[in-house]
Amino acid sequence: MIFLRRQLPLLITMITGLIFAGQYYVPHPASEQLLTSATKWLQIIGGFALVLGVTSLFQVHAAKIRRKEAGWGYSMVLYAGMLGTMAVGWWANGKESVEGVSTAFGWVYNFMMVPLQGTMFAILAFFIASAAYRSFRARSREAAVLLIAAVIVMMGRVPLGEYLVPVSGDISQWILNVLNASVRRAILIGVSLGAVALSFKIIFGVERSYLGGGKE
Amino acid sequence: MDATIIGAWVATGLTLFIFSFLYKDNPLFKLAENLYVGVSVGYTIVKTYDTVIVHLIWKPIVENQEWTLLIPVAIGLLMLTRYVPKAAWLSRYAFAFIVGVGAGLAIPRTVSSFILKQIEDTIRPLLMLVPGEGVTFSWNLMNPASSVNVIIVLIGVSSVLFYFFFSVEHSGPGKMVARTGVMFLMIAFGAAFGYTVMARMSLLIGRLTDLIEYSDPSYGRPTLWLTLVTIGTLIVLSRRSRSEPPDSH
Repeated sequence: MIFLRRQLPLLITMITGLIFAGQYYVPHPASEQLLTSATKWLQIIGGFALVLGVTSLFQVHAAKIRRKEAGWGYSMVLYAGMLGTMAVGWWANGKESVEGVSTAFGWVYNFMMVPLQGTMFAILAFFIASAAYRSFRARSREAAVLLIAAVIVMMGRVPLGEYLVPVSGDISQWILNVLNASVRRAILIGVSLGAVALSFKIIFGVERSYLGGGKE
Repeated sequence: MDATIIGAWVATGLTLFIFSFLYKDNPLFKLAENLYVGVSVGYTIVKTYDTVIVHLIWKPIVENQEWTLLIPVAIGLLMLTRYVPKAAWLSRYAFAFIVGVGAGLAIPRTVSSFILKQIEDTIRPLLMLVPGEGVTFSWNLMNPASSVNVIIVLIGVSSVLFYFFFSVEHSGPGKMVARTGVMFLMIAFGAAFGYTVMARMSLLIGRLTDLIEYSDPSYGRPTLWLTLVTIGTLIVLSRRSRSEPPDSH
């Protein structure tokens, strides 16, 4: 039983890992077909993973409503939003528009989801500004450098900034294309080395936390 | 009533409810917040159903007899065994497959695209061959591929990588290199911050543009009326919470 519960999953990981790592080095139509199929398979399996997440959300809010906990009315709003969107979505066969005419699902997307999402991220502008005021005071040389870079980039991205300081656009572009790019590249190399090391650990069974705990 | 006009009223109301959070956390914001989660989840479910169940499973099996697709369906169904405690271990097969394929795909592609390619782009020739001018050293800062920028990028990448390399002590010349790395990091963080602020500002301008558009009489001036309703509701809620004793919740 331990073989089925513990060793077989590790074996599956190892075999699939080695096959798909090797696939990259085999320039054959069959190899390409294997990659295409695997991508499709992962999409299908990912769809089932969504069921796990949605069920969890359902359970949390159902418990809140059942126990009449504080704010249970908001859970009802969440349910109404979710079920209502699903109903109009399936009614419209998942299409936002048909022959250029917006469906009810398209209406929900345009007049509910877009404003809600846009405003939710837009209010972050205020909180970022407030956080910047509190944390950006140039207490050290590093903080001063960070502050100056941020101000230059912000000025370079609006017409007013370029009007006040004509070179701010060019300097901002140089910071983004050269200085920022070099740091991003260094971080990317570091992260990638870590990702490769972790992938090897997973394939060879050193890292096995993804299997979860519980009984053997 | 026209669906666009109703939409304008709904969009304006929801926008104002979210903006009311700038005053303080309040029931109007919570209502819009929970509606946002609900609508987003509902939208994701419909889209995933349409993409996965209809286009990746149902149609290929029914129309093209691609029976092999039943294998990922079976693997996906194994995930749901997590809800049956005695059979929960079966879900490990699904996770093992996903993680194995993901790790296998990641190794060669990450090494190629994110390590070797990045190193190749960092170590570039310092001198350029310009037709008519011969071999030149370009000082043009505005050209990311110029010689002077090649040197700056090389210094930036090396010093930042050294800063994160903890196997040797950052002392003596190493300290200077690490300090250079910190300066590069600070400039990049500042640039990322400035860029993010401006992206959020752009979204804010978009929302305000919509509010201005919806203040038009052709929509029934929802911006004006709903702003008054939102402010009025906030005043009533504020007075009610002030009159309630603090231990009443």
